[in-house]
Amino acid sequence: MDMNEIKEIFFQECEEQLAELESGLLRLNDGDRDPETVNAVFRAVHSIKGGAGAFGLDDLVSFAHVFETTLDCVRSNKLEPNQDVLKVMLKSADVLADLTNVARDGGSVDQARSAQLIRELEALAKGEAPPAAAPVAATPKVVAAPAAPAPVVSDDGFVPVAFSFDDFGDDDVSADLPAYDVVFKPKSELYTKGNEATLLLRDLSRLGEMSIHCNMDSLPPLDQMDPEAAYFSWKVSIKTDKGEDAVRSVFEFAEWDCDLEVTAQESGDVAEATGDDLPMQPVPFDLSALDDELDAPLGVVEEEEQIAAVQEAVAAAEAASNVVQMAASASRGAASDKGAAAAAAQNNAQQASAAAPTIRVDLDRVDRLINLVGELVINQAMLSQSVIENDSNGVSSINMGLEELQQLTREIQDSVMAIRAQPVKPVFQRMARTVREIADITGKSVRLVTEGENTEVDKTVIDKLAEPLTHMIRNAVDHGLEMPEKRIAAGKNAEGTVKLTAKHRSGRIVIELSDDGAGINREKVRQKAIDNDLIAADANLSDEEIDNLIFHAGFSTADKVSDLSGRGVGMDVVKRSIQALGGRINISSKPGHGSVFTMSLPLTLAVLDGMVVTVAGQTLVVPLTAIVETLQPDAAAIHSFGATQRLISIRNSFCPLVDVGRILNFRATQANPVEGVALLVESEGGGQRALMVDAIQGQRQVVIKSLEANYTHVPGIAAATILGDGRVALILDVDAVVSASRGQSLHTETSLAAAG
Amino acid sequence: MTLLAKNLTNGERELIAFRIGDQEFCVNVMSVREIRGWAPATPMPHAPQYVLGVINLRGAVLPIIDLSARLGMKPAEPTVRHVIIVTQVKNRVVGLLVEAVSDILTIKDEDIQPTPDMTSEFERTFARGILAIEGRMICLIELEAVFPHIESEAA
Repeated sequence: MDMNEIKEIFFQECEEQLAELESGLLRLNDGDRDPETVNAVFRAVHSIKGGAGAFGLDDLVSFAHVFETTLDCVRSNKLEPNQDVLKVMLKSADVLADLTNVARDGGSVDQARSAQLIRELEALAKGEAPPAAAPVAATPKVVAAPAAPAPVVSDDGFVPVAFSFDDFGDDDVSADLPAYDVVFKPKSELYTKGNEATLLLRDLSRLGEMSIHCNMDSLPPLDQMDPEAAYFSWKVSIKTDKGEDAVRSVFEFAEWDCDLEVTAQESGDVAEATGDDLPMQPVPFDLSALDDELDAPLGVVEEEEQIAAVQEAVAAAEAASNVVQMAASASRGAASDKGAAAAAAQNNAQQASAAAPTIRVDLDRVDRLINLVGELVINQAMLSQSVIENDSNGVSSINMGLEELQQLTREIQDSVMAIRAQPVKPVFQRMARTVREIADITGKSVRLVTEGENTEVDKTVIDKLAEPLTHMIRNAVDHGLEMPEKRIAAGKNAEGTVKLTAKHRSGRIVIELSDDGAGINREKVRQKAIDNDLIAADANLSDEEIDNLIFHAGFSTADKVSDLSGRGVGMDVVKRSIQALGGRINISSKPGHGSVFTMSLPLTLAVLDGMVVTVAGQTLVVPLTAIVETLQPDAAAIHSFGATQRLISIRNSFCPLVDVGRILNFRATQANPVEGVALLVESEGGGQRALMVDAIQGQRQVVIKSLEANYTHVPGIAAATILGDGRVALILDVDAVVSASRGQSLHTETSLAAAG
Repeated sequence: MTLLAKNLTNGERELIAFRIGDQEFCVNVMSVREIRGWAPATPMPHAPQYVLGVINLRGAVLPIIDLSARLGMKPAEPTVRHVIIVTQVKNRVVGLLVEAVSDILTIKDEDIQPTPDMTSEFERTFARGILAIEGRMICLIELEAVFPHIESEAA
């Protein structure tokens, strides 16, 4: 695995952390004060910072650090996470996401914006933080005694004592140094994750003078000991000028796996506190030196006792981790005693409840699996068909076996499809950011409410959902919601609400975007449509028809073209991308109460609900989403129009009749409509057409196969599929057929034979 | 693989020969994926006359070319005795409908004679050369010229 791969994993994790961060912040914003939520947010930023540090992404690290500091204030209840604070934090989360993207893809970020946020974050951290937390920077730096002099035995027997005279000289200063009591009680997870208490304590010793006391009270007799449990705790008193933060940072990677208490001692209490069991001022020493020279004689008797205590503590710490290792291997071999087993079981249970394990899988592999399962389903259908044909005895064991096989394959197909299904949450979260940014630019105050973010839908659908949704959200905030003053005047809450919901409905996902704005100004829309020659000036349109005008290409009601919307590309693009996904979009609007956009999308793009029809002896599949209704035409309802055109009257409106067989060149002459079935379809242009087919075979789900892979694009055909009999059936491209019926030729090029 | 490598170094290559009508053709064996029996194809709208349609090849949609029609001869009337040679050029897989596979030939590069000048331009686009084997004449086919053109590339 090279560095780039590791980096890629880091960025993937970053995405997850950022999502975690944002959802946590939003929960806080909604008034959630659960400390676990704050912790989750903190962890997310912290992990990003840690990873970024490993890859030398300095911008990211420095920003994350400031962010983390502020979050730490929230975590330690020094800063109340009110709306203003969270606003800054949400923006910071956005910048953090930007910085991550820049680190991955290159490009540049808005330096001014991040600098501004850094200032705001720092102000928050400082402004609210109690002075105690501020490191005593003014204190003259005491000689770095802890790290420096190691006891060395010289030849003449003189043993240098591990303290410097500077310390005595500066005794007053030293006494003035803030002292902290650290109670460090590791949990067994700490050892499971490869941390060692010894190393942590050694790190701590580098910060300043300290004394350690190991509490071994909870150590059970050997026969009752759980080899993987942690029994020791350490009580450390340390004097350092680096502040409480520095002390905490020693434990920062072990923080969640231990109970850590860091309390600042009153400076006067230092002597008292240490004096309890240690009559002397703690002496600087180097733990690492002790490891190597545990037997080093020390000159000062009073100190010996203390050093011994430290030795004991260190040895205990080492022993603790050794015992864990040794005992763990022992317990693997021999039957462990009941207490250990119970404790281990408890551990497992705890871990299991923590999070469902997940793995990352390459999307290609999943796709291949889905393809193969699709084959399996087809093969199974073929098999049962041939068995039924050859088996005249009715029920046989083969038939029963086949039925079970059928159920199994269906189950496999469902579960495989479920692998690709993902909650829409990430897209919804991205929308939250869009709302914030647009609200900022427009000066409106907007709240985004999301519902059903855990609704699952195929990944490809999710990926393609973001763009149209962004467009629509922009429109909703920019056009839909009024300015705060206007809202207050209208008796509404100054803060506008945009609601985004997702739910499953009859095998499709329905996404609803509603705002409580002014609704569609139908007069204005109508006037605009007339100005843009979209409708005739005297056209008589229903409210619904007027609402749907906004989906027309080249339509924009915004009086002035803003940065956000109003360039005339908008809702028509949205509609087209939704339709490209096999979905439909509807709008309903109440003046003064806002608008609701409803999108209905298929759950997956790999499978399509289709109507299987026969045209000129060929089997075709018509996407079900395009079909409005089917009908058996009456001879009386068919009217000739001009030389070749025919119209069909449906409830007193006339609709052009399109012979699919003729359009696709399957037959030379037009079929008699009375002998066939008409499918009333709605196409991209909004117009309705009646497609003539010979017969309807039924309705079924088909697996979409690409034609382009081995052949070329065929006009009028969207894709192919394989039916139960193993033959290929073509899926009709309804839009292309409809536009061909308008006189645009399906022939995009002249015959290949002539060209060849 | 070792055999192949040896063949290549010796300037030898293996070809699959097949019959259409009374003529024999061959293609490089390396571009042949498999040979399978005829199955009815689903006709494609607006397809050139030589494209018989598409069939299901274990889940992939495979276009079938009537090689006889493609080479300007009379269109084949497929029977169960016809075979489909599944060939691959670059990433595209296409089935060629032929009457029967006749032989596997191992030839040297120098055995390939250039296409005679007298043939028309149309035939020369498909023929890379001709081989004289045991008194028979076998035409080596240029597969890429046979495949239907991809629009995006043609444009």
